[in-house]
Amino acid sequence: MRCDEVRDHLSAFQDDELDPVRSQEIEQHLVTCPDCADALSGMKALGERLRGEAPYYRASDSLRVRVSRAAWSDASRGRATRWRVMGAARGWIGAAAAALVVVSGAVVLSSMQRGAMLSATEGEVVSSHIRSLMANHLTDVASTDQHTVKPWFNGRLDFSPPVTDLSASGYPLIGGRLDYLGGRPVAALVYQRRKHWINVFTWPDGRAANAEAPARTQQGYNVIHETRGGSTYWIVSDLNSKELSAFARLLAASAEPVP
Amino acid sequence: MAQEEGARTAGPERRLSARDLNRFNERVLPYLDAANNLARYLLRDTHEAEDAVQDSFLRAIRHFDGFRGVDARAWLLAIVRNICFTRLRDRHGRGKNVEFDEELHTAEDAAPGPEVELARRAATESLREGLDTLAVEFREALVLRELEGLSYKEIAQVCDVPIGTVMSRLARGRKLLLRALQPPVSGEDG
Repeated sequence: MRCDEVRDHLSAFQDDELDPVRSQEIEQHLVTCPDCADALSGMKALGERLRGEAPYYRASDSLRVRVSRAAWSDASRGRATRWRVMGAARGWIGAAAAALVVVSGAVVLSSMQRGAMLSATEGEVVSSHIRSLMANHLTDVASTDQHTVKPWFNGRLDFSPPVTDLSASGYPLIGGRLDYLGGRPVAALVYQRRKHWINVFTWPDGRAANAEAPARTQQGYNVIHETRGGSTYWIVSDLNSKELSAFARLLAASAEPVP
Repeated sequence: MAQEEGARTAGPERRLSARDLNRFNERVLPYLDAANNLARYLLRDTHEAEDAVQDSFLRAIRHFDGFRGVDARAWLLAIVRNICFTRLRDRHGRGKNVEFDEELHTAEDAAPGPEVELARRAATESLREGLDTLAVEFREALVLRELEGLSYKEIAQVCDVPIGTVMSRLARGRKLLLRALQPPVSGEDG
């Protein structure tokens, strides 16, 4: 093989994209030709330089929010249409379900409904989180002082959410906000981890037993749901799941003991 | 091309089902960074790249139920590059093309020799400038290969060209970039 032929194929040779026959020919040529071997190492160095020094432009947080929101709003619009069509049928399903409850106690059915409600709430929680970032309406009361944030909810909610500052552990409290989820007003507490915002939605849920679930991913956000001391908590953020789980544990540990 | 796009956007209103949304989030959303990186290199403008990425995702959502392939990354990046190339053509049409210039050489002439740190910074800067001076097809092939690690087959799919074209674009792109990065006066004495 002549040098100019080899040079033409060095790039593909380096990428391991040549057929075996040609690849072998080039290998043999390189053993005897230091000039072509130099050309190859120059090309390899260029690749290393590109991978090491060329900037990699990651998506900004605001673009991430824009794109996630587009997918979510597209899907929820589709769902609204389907639900309307189903509306008439649902009345009958409801009646049938009621009859079944009377007859059998329907433990299975209620747990199924519960599952459906949970996933619907999860979607709402993520939407609320995104909205709070989009609308520039993260907090109604902006304060890192738990003794300012907690009383703020008095008179605005029919329950008193536990509020603790976790600055010492690297998750400072930023403030609180009134939100609306599952058809009821709820408390939203906002925490920060570096550049990431964490929304904690909480409201009393007397029926539920204590439970915690591992972090789930929804639209690129991590979501943790847990129930303890008669309250339900939804924790959502674009923070990685490991740190968000650590945050959830801190939050649980800091909560007042159940009376 | 432009006609086809018009027809596509005016198509029937398709909505993602909840299951499709989960599938979309799992399979396509993870490549948001790759989409942004490619758009940024092709368009060389942060804001325009973000707009192009958003348009790409809107189109991807609209056509997701038609996606049956296995390679979601190549599928998404093909949408991104088509939208970027349309924008580049529009730019040419408006006569606002950013010209390839000799900035590279000017910068190198101005770089002071003895200051090692400055020289190093200039080297990184010249790498980016070197990439920017390449024709967009070469830049695209290099970004997909070196920064995204795509195979020739995947690059061919993204750019909608034969594998042989990918091969020659990469060979030529590398040669041109090496030449652009070569210091005007050779010599490695410190």
